[in-house]
Amino acid sequence: MSNPHYPGFDTVSLHAGSVPDPATGARATPIYLTSAFVFKDSDHAASLFNMERAGHVYSRISNPTNAVLEERIAALEGGVAGIAVASGQAAMHLGLATIAGAGSHVVASRALYGGSHNLLSYTMKRFGIETTFVDPGDIDAWRAAIRPNTKVLFGETLGNPGLDVLDIPRIAALAHEHYLPLMVDATFTTPYLLRPFDHGADLVFHSATKFLCGHGTAVGGLLVDGGTFDWQQAYDKSGRFGELCEPYEGFHGMVFSEESTVAPFALRARREGLRDFGAVMSPHNAFAILQGIETLGLRMEKHVANTRKVVEFLAAHAAVESVAYPELPSHPGHELSKTLLPKGCGAVFSFNLKGDRAAGRRMVESLKIFSHLANVGDAKSLVIHPASTTHFRVPSEQLAAAGISEGTLRLSIGLENVEDLIEDLAFGLKMSQRKEK
Amino acid sequence: MLLKTHFRDTEHDTYCYTGGKAFDPALPTAVFIHGGQNDHSVWILQTRYFAHHGFGVLAVDLPGHGRSQGPALTTIEDLSDWLSCVLDAAGVSKAVLIGHSMGSLIALESAGRPQQSSRIAGIALVGSAYPMKVADALLDAANNAQQSAIDMVNIWSHSTMSPKPSAPGPGFYVQGASQRLMQRIASQSTARPTVFYTDFAACNAYANGERAAQGVACPTLFLLGQRDLMTPAKAAAGLIGAIKQAKVVQVEACGHALMAEQPDAVLEHLFKFAGTATVAALAAGD
Repeated sequence: MSNPHYPGFDTVSLHAGSVPDPATGARATPIYLTSAFVFKDSDHAASLFNMERAGHVYSRISNPTNAVLEERIAALEGGVAGIAVASGQAAMHLGLATIAGAGSHVVASRALYGGSHNLLSYTMKRFGIETTFVDPGDIDAWRAAIRPNTKVLFGETLGNPGLDVLDIPRIAALAHEHYLPLMVDATFTTPYLLRPFDHGADLVFHSATKFLCGHGTAVGGLLVDGGTFDWQQAYDKSGRFGELCEPYEGFHGMVFSEESTVAPFALRARREGLRDFGAVMSPHNAFAILQGIETLGLRMEKHVANTRKVVEFLAAHAAVESVAYPELPSHPGHELSKTLLPKGCGAVFSFNLKGDRAAGRRMVESLKIFSHLANVGDAKSLVIHPASTTHFRVPSEQLAAAGISEGTLRLSIGLENVEDLIEDLAFGLKMSQRKEK
Repeated sequence: MLLKTHFRDTEHDTYCYTGGKAFDPALPTAVFIHGGQNDHSVWILQTRYFAHHGFGVLAVDLPGHGRSQGPALTTIEDLSDWLSCVLDAAGVSKAVLIGHSMGSLIALESAGRPQQSSRIAGIALVGSAYPMKVADALLDAANNAQQSAIDMVNIWSHSTMSPKPSAPGPGFYVQGASQRLMQRIASQSTARPTVFYTDFAACNAYANGERAAQGVACPTLFLLGQRDLMTPAKAAAGLIGAIKQAKVVQVEACGHALMAEQPDAVLEHLFKFAGTATVAALAAGD
């Protein structure tokens, strides 16, 4: 019994949550494409519905394939429970809707993915949830934005579009001072590069569509409860989170914080959120994402290695104005990244091309290996030119306010041979600087 | 529910989870006692089932653990005295005691005492051993390096990183939840010695097990994890031999965290045992 140690990252990536199929012996996790599960008898049925036994009832609430994925991501993140949902957006919505309702308030980093920004700015607002956006690096702004009705602080581990490094330890400490949880979107970093719970975050979500899946084959989201936040203490001290600490009429008066000391959030997110909002992940997608996670460590290592070489190449190129990657000393998050992201700062970044929108368009259209599309985190390298795609109607001044120039390009570096990527980019850069006839 | 517990000239609130239903002392009572550095929530599935199938349930938080007030008690004998006060406060005249690990020693000590045995219909000792010796290194870590002690106990308590079905339900990472619970208990007090140390020292020092076992007159169930490294099944042999009505079940594919790793098997054995013990006590006219 000497020197006990937990299994390493790659072992957990391959094994957590999974056992050989008890019915067939299949070693790969089977895809349980079934809507519902047969009860042994009426008492078994009643006890499953009443949470007296663990098991599956209906695939909107839980499914054996999804459960493997949920338990695996919880293990990789160092959390207590995972919930697989239809997309990263659904994961973010489930995280918020489990603890916030009409009259609630969120404090969020302003450096967010556009979809997250939309959800907070417009859609949640329509349901009575207000958001104050702050500069992620301005701790005083975070503090000043907290209100009595604030329910959560939220940011991305690496913010959009400039890869602002979220100071998780500092923001978590501030949140906890106010008996609030910190929720983090860790899509760009994955647990291989950063485990937010280790630094003080309480809730994590991923767009599993990206690096976790890794092959651009499935859309999915994962929400993870770290089990770190003491909801009962927060309720006692601040009166917040009655959702978890008072009897819930929608589940026979269940008090989630009594049922589970460490995971009342996960209990309610599943028992209410999956049940009622229903944004469940297909078991087929869960299988695809599990396949990706099995090689997450290997892939992230190469994603980062390739990215470092591409960043080095771009930073030295005459046609490039600037590169935003935290490992460069010029990046404002450089020092913080050394502490939080010693294994690398991911494989998605933006750079500014010298020139106008037309230059950006010329570059994108001349690339042969990079695919021009609106996604990141694929095994294949991807590119997008915001000024001619996602932001094509936005005037230059407003682009600048969002941290985007007419020549900004976002790259997602894949697993190809890096010399081929550099050659492709070199050609694109050359074409970008040609004068249009 | 919170019970005002009078224990040796002190009064403290004792928290008892009642299984999602109001406690009714008129029903047969099942008392669930958690192990060291844990709280009531380790029993969540089993207690909900009992409460919805004819039992009044009291899943206690021991003093200084979870939501119960008062300092952690330092001996198994004190904990047994305290439990008797809890039963008084709840108006319980007869109960089956179900204890895990340290909790199993409290159940054993209670059932072995002539003054308490009359109100105990049966005892179920889950993940039990006697003597329950704790290595010096672990004891020291429990007081001086709690995270290290938590890691040791967490690793040794689980036989797999993928128990099925996960408890309390699909999607839960059992070993992660176990770690967080121990961390939460650690975070609730800055007192020295720590709750963790106090619990383990109480187990380590308990020396009345043999005498208590000889005094046990009620039905007794030993529920032991086949792959338990904390309290290996063979370490209960002495107690098993000393108790007249002992029944032994070894749960397959299971370590020390039996309730989380094999929730259905644990429930089935406990429920059957508690029902039989209660009926036997009623038939005996107790």
